[in-house]
Amino acid sequence: MVPEPVPMKLLALAGARVHEAEGSGRRSFALLQAARHDGPLIWALPAHAPHLPMLRGLPEGVGQRLHVIRPSSELDLLWAVEECLRSPGVGLVIAEPEKPLSLIAGRRLQLAAEAGRTTGLMLIREGQGSNAAETRWHCAPLPGADLDSTPHHWSLKKNKKGTEGDWIVNWNGETAAVHLVSAAGERDSVAETSR
Amino acid sequence: MALADARAICPGLITRPADLVREAAALAGLRRWAGRYSPMVARDGADGLIADITGVPHLFGGEAELRADLHARLARAGLTAESAIAETRSAACALARHGGGILPEGGLAEGIASLPVGALRIDRKVAEGLFRMGLKRVADLIALPRGPLARRFGSDLVLRLDQALGTQPEPVSPEADLPYFGVRMTLPEPIGLTADVMAGLDRLLGRLCAALARHQRGARRLRLELQRVDRETAQIEIGLARPMRDPDRISALFAKGVGEVEAGFGIEMMRLVAHVTEDLPPEQIGENVVPCETDALADLFSTLGNRLGFDRVLRLLPAQSNIPERSFLLAPAAYSVAETPPLHQGPARPIMIFSPEPVRARGGGRPGDPPSAFRWRNMSFTTLRATGPERIAPEWWFDDPAWRTGLRDYWRVETREGLRLWLFHTPQAAAWSAQHWFAQGEFP
Repeated sequence: MVPEPVPMKLLALAGARVHEAEGSGRRSFALLQAARHDGPLIWALPAHAPHLPMLRGLPEGVGQRLHVIRPSSELDLLWAVEECLRSPGVGLVIAEPEKPLSLIAGRRLQLAAEAGRTTGLMLIREGQGSNAAETRWHCAPLPGADLDSTPHHWSLKKNKKGTEGDWIVNWNGETAAVHLVSAAGERDSVAETSR
Repeated sequence: MALADARAICPGLITRPADLVREAAALAGLRRWAGRYSPMVARDGADGLIADITGVPHLFGGEAELRADLHARLARAGLTAESAIAETRSAACALARHGGGILPEGGLAEGIASLPVGALRIDRKVAEGLFRMGLKRVADLIALPRGPLARRFGSDLVLRLDQALGTQPEPVSPEADLPYFGVRMTLPEPIGLTADVMAGLDRLLGRLCAALARHQRGARRLRLELQRVDRETAQIEIGLARPMRDPDRISALFAKGVGEVEAGFGIEMMRLVAHVTEDLPPEQIGENVVPCETDALADLFSTLGNRLGFDRVLRLLPAQSNIPERSFLLAPAAYSVAETPPLHQGPARPIMIFSPEPVRARGGGRPGDPPSAFRWRNMSFTTLRATGPERIAPEWWFDDPAWRTGLRDYWRVETREGLRLWLFHTPQAAAWSAQHWFAQGEFP
């Protein structure tokens, strides 16, 4: 059975707002969003962070648009993110703050995003979110049923302007498209057979 | 004379190697200074300057006074110089290197008659040939018929002779000065308010950007020097992510630095220098071209670079290497151009890469096969499926300490916990080494 492609509207981030993603699969989620946004991409991560995006593994079209900013301190990182959000030339800003965002910082980022019409995505550790975030996603990779499947469990835990949700999708990390995996339901009672 | 001979004669001789670059720079500085005597000053060989002072000497009171003034000023600067004034360039050049002096008008032939033929800037071979024939002085040459002389020694000798005597013209052609992008403003009253300094800066920027536009250049780095009443100087330096000559956008970048300057009793002089510039030809702007986005991005990188440092605003560039760490470069975004990475072929690559982290393996079948369970970053994982191995050999032409353990067998390991990791095994590592498994990446 070929899983049906998910329409783009699903898993879309509201424009000109700042969102949050947590969980071990948050960087995969961020890259999917990067592939879905036009324009230059900014990835801000602390200078001492051990990891870096690997150019050859990025989804197509992301590598040449991606810029990495490595500020030396948390304060510089938040300042850089705010400047990036305020700039009209940027498509998506992905940032990895290390400390929990205060409500003031979160609000400032939201205002900057509104001023620059830019979308932001904060990759936070679990439970370190800010109340100012527009949406919060919990992302976790799931073990695949076979070699080709790379399922992810992405759940929308917080949404200021809509409903929450839970999706299990197959995303192979190459394109901007994901395939929805239909959830297996459990029946309470035995289905009645036709007579 | 060879150095060894000179040392033999004078054992206490102190020698220094010639620094040709700095000598040339010093001569260039002297050439700029010599502009006070004439608008046309050019370099003459490696050790001389030639100035066309036609119509100038009366400003100094005469040729002799001009020469005396020149020598007095050079002596005050600690320089020993020889100079000559003559009607033609060749004659002046020859005379300056053989005694110096002033040749009065009309006295050209007599003046250079006693000089050796070598003074005429001819080849050494020609000079030796002339010497062998007994033609030692310029006077001997002047008397000879031109035809046989040209046939015997080439037309160059005759040309030089004619130039020295003024029958052939030889103009002084000074090399063009490189444009200097610096403006200054001296204030009648010291200022101290940030708004005042910014207003002054705007005036300076207007003039500087006009000069840049005239030469089709764009500033890359700018330095603002603020001289205070007590002779202290504060400097503010900014960089730009791309060449630019737009006063408003440059002014915005100075705002933070100007705000931090200690004004003391006031600032009385401002100097703005664009010490690094690049070509910036005028661009067609119209409906078809939308430079807004790139402009906005360049402005953003200028802002970020000036606070964080331009080496912290980076871009990923593809590199030709199979070693995962070296398969891409981090280049400063302000000094590089985006490149489309080549289409990736072969085994999949992780989205995130980190430096190898030890993995504590438990279980596992044959050596070299991935462990059935392992611990990484204090988390336990059970292997669900492993794809591989992909063997990557170290680049022998680089001595990379991280690759001293030899070959690496990379596996894409899917775990029951969900994470898909990029593990590698070092089969060539010493047997006593307990650590054979490392994690280096994360798949989507």
